[in-house]
Amino acid sequence: MSSSINTACKSHRARRGRSLPALLAGLCAAAMVCAAATGYAQDADLRAPAAPVAGNPASIATTGGGTATFYLVGPSISLKRDVALGKEISLSAKELQSAGKYLAIVCSGTCRSVGFFVAPAKPVSLTFLVHPSRAPVGQNNVVSGVALPFDEFHNLVLAPAAIDFQWTAKGAAAVSHQVSTQNGVAWFHTSSGRSAGALQVTASISINEVIARRVVEQVAADPCSLHIQGQRTRKGIVLETEPVRDCAGNPVPDGTIVSFTAKSGKDTSTVDAPIKQGIARAQITAAGAVVVSAASGVVMGNELRMGAQ
Amino acid sequence: MKLVLPIILVAVTVLLMAVALTGAGRSSGTVGIAAGSALPGFSSQATTPEQALSNFLMDVQRRNWDRAFASLERTNDSVNEQAFIQEWIGSNGELRAFSNLEHYDARPLHATDSEAQMRVRLHWTTPVGPIEDVRDFRLARRGDQWKVIWDEIPVPNTPSQIIPVNYLRWDLVSGGSGEEWGAHNVDAPHVRIVSMNAVDSAEGAVVMGEVVNEDTIPAFVNVNATLVDGAGSAIDDESSFDKIIHVLLPKQVTPYRIDFPHVSLSQVKNVRMDVKATLVPASSDPVIGVMNQKLDTDAQGHAVLHGELMNQSGQTVNIPHVIASFYDNNGKVVWVSDGYVERALLPQESEPFAVEIPKSVAGKVQNFHVVVNQYSLQKS
Repeated sequence: MSSSINTACKSHRARRGRSLPALLAGLCAAAMVCAAATGYAQDADLRAPAAPVAGNPASIATTGGGTATFYLVGPSISLKRDVALGKEISLSAKELQSAGKYLAIVCSGTCRSVGFFVAPAKPVSLTFLVHPSRAPVGQNNVVSGVALPFDEFHNLVLAPAAIDFQWTAKGAAAVSHQVSTQNGVAWFHTSSGRSAGALQVTASISINEVIARRVVEQVAADPCSLHIQGQRTRKGIVLETEPVRDCAGNPVPDGTIVSFTAKSGKDTSTVDAPIKQGIARAQITAAGAVVVSAASGVVMGNELRMGAQ
Repeated sequence: MKLVLPIILVAVTVLLMAVALTGAGRSSGTVGIAAGSALPGFSSQATTPEQALSNFLMDVQRRNWDRAFASLERTNDSVNEQAFIQEWIGSNGELRAFSNLEHYDARPLHATDSEAQMRVRLHWTTPVGPIEDVRDFRLARRGDQWKVIWDEIPVPNTPSQIIPVNYLRWDLVSGGSGEEWGAHNVDAPHVRIVSMNAVDSAEGAVVMGEVVNEDTIPAFVNVNATLVDGAGSAIDDESSFDKIIHVLLPKQVTPYRIDFPHVSLSQVKNVRMDVKATLVPASSDPVIGVMNQKLDTDAQGHAVLHGELMNQSGQTVNIPHVIASFYDNNGKVVWVSDGYVERALLPQESEPFAVEIPKSVAGKVQNFHVVVNQYSLQKS
């Protein structure tokens, strides 16, 4: 069994000088075969580095003598170089930038391998997603956020880290909430406030002052009630709403459409007018007695009865 | 034998020329675009009202304005040739300016020895599809000839005026490529289908209803529907195309209609609806009022909803497009009709409109809601 594996390793060496894809394919095959061979070895010839961290140099101890070929296969690296057995194989910080599982293989007659895990470094940045970007006021659990800590090499930090979420609305005290990451993710839910305006949301890791900021725009909810008034002019009837507000008293955003409908006998006249500075205005040409109503979205307003001109 | 083919070719050419010449006076044909007399010497004398009207409309069709205008009897001296031409070819970038008179059908309403009245269906080809226009013409006998009486009053020019405009506009600012991921995400607007109804019509299945923009920002909206059969396979999928107001302002409601020609609802087990909304820059101007809307029956006996559009802003609306939803006594949308207005809507001016309701639903209609889509050359 061992002999056949050695033959495979030798034949792999004989394939040097081939194209890169063929070389990588051969490397992987050899790595698998040689890794299998280590299962039959009585003594460990390679010793994995102790608790390596991404972006930090490490070394792999070897035994024996002579030269050998060293292969390293990792999440974003595969390399091959000649090494001297009996000495430590140095791995540079650059070669270990990506966190994850690595496999080190040394081939000299027979192949030996050892696997190790490179842990992410300390978090230096936070990816922070907050949803939605706009939220109506007074809604339960409408705002949610997810924070993911990353180290300087963009490795997701899987070790539990305390994330401080804080949200501050205009005219209200800041609210803080600390959450520990689970498998590299921390999240929160919160309700929107009572007042329209910007909701500042931050996520931070206190140990190294990493902070990410987002803004959720809290907007007025549907109009609570629509009150209209009107007066006759030479050209017809000029109608306008009282300042349109939601049930929490926030002014409904300008541009919101208010539909005015005037019924006079069998005739109907309608105008879809946008709110400007809190008030929607429309002009309707009707000479006879009319009944005017207003609606915005699915909210209806009062009825206004006006006599003939 | 060598001469047979040339002789046949010459004979066929002469025959075709003869056919073309004799067809010059017919009421239908290809639209001519050349000015002036197309075939001098071939204009027949108008000894009947039908012939007078036919000659006149042929000249209009061929844009032979000098001869068409000269053949009229005007009741109003303020009508000059320029105003007459504008009446037919349009101005202000309106739909008529992009239209051609394809053909027409005329029928007499009544006639005496000295006067006649004719009703003409004018079939126009336009960029938004064929449009039919019904127009009544009065004719009078003058000597041994009949003449078309032109009593149209020219549209008064919009007086010079200053209209203060402080309309709202939404601009869209997108972050640079170097921005941190997730830092400047803006959610798509929230829109909702508030009603949906599927019916069979003479042309096929129709899916219609209404959509509301529930958000505080404008939305570009498109509604798609997929008809699914009993086996779960898609029969057809279509979009609302132009039978919807695509740019919806906050809390605005639009009807939509999706046509599935040659599909019967009996084949359909399920309808999958999909509404897509994206954030777009928009303006809340112009505001167009829909005045004096009334359900009525037109001269041809069709049920129509007619009224007047009034432009309450200072901007010309080149092509107004009316979309109306009709409800039964339960408030359910039973039909959605649309129609383009051929005339531009000038600032502070009004234009009539009419949309047809199919006979099958006319009896059910209890209420209606009209919205106006607008295309302005300045914006496109």
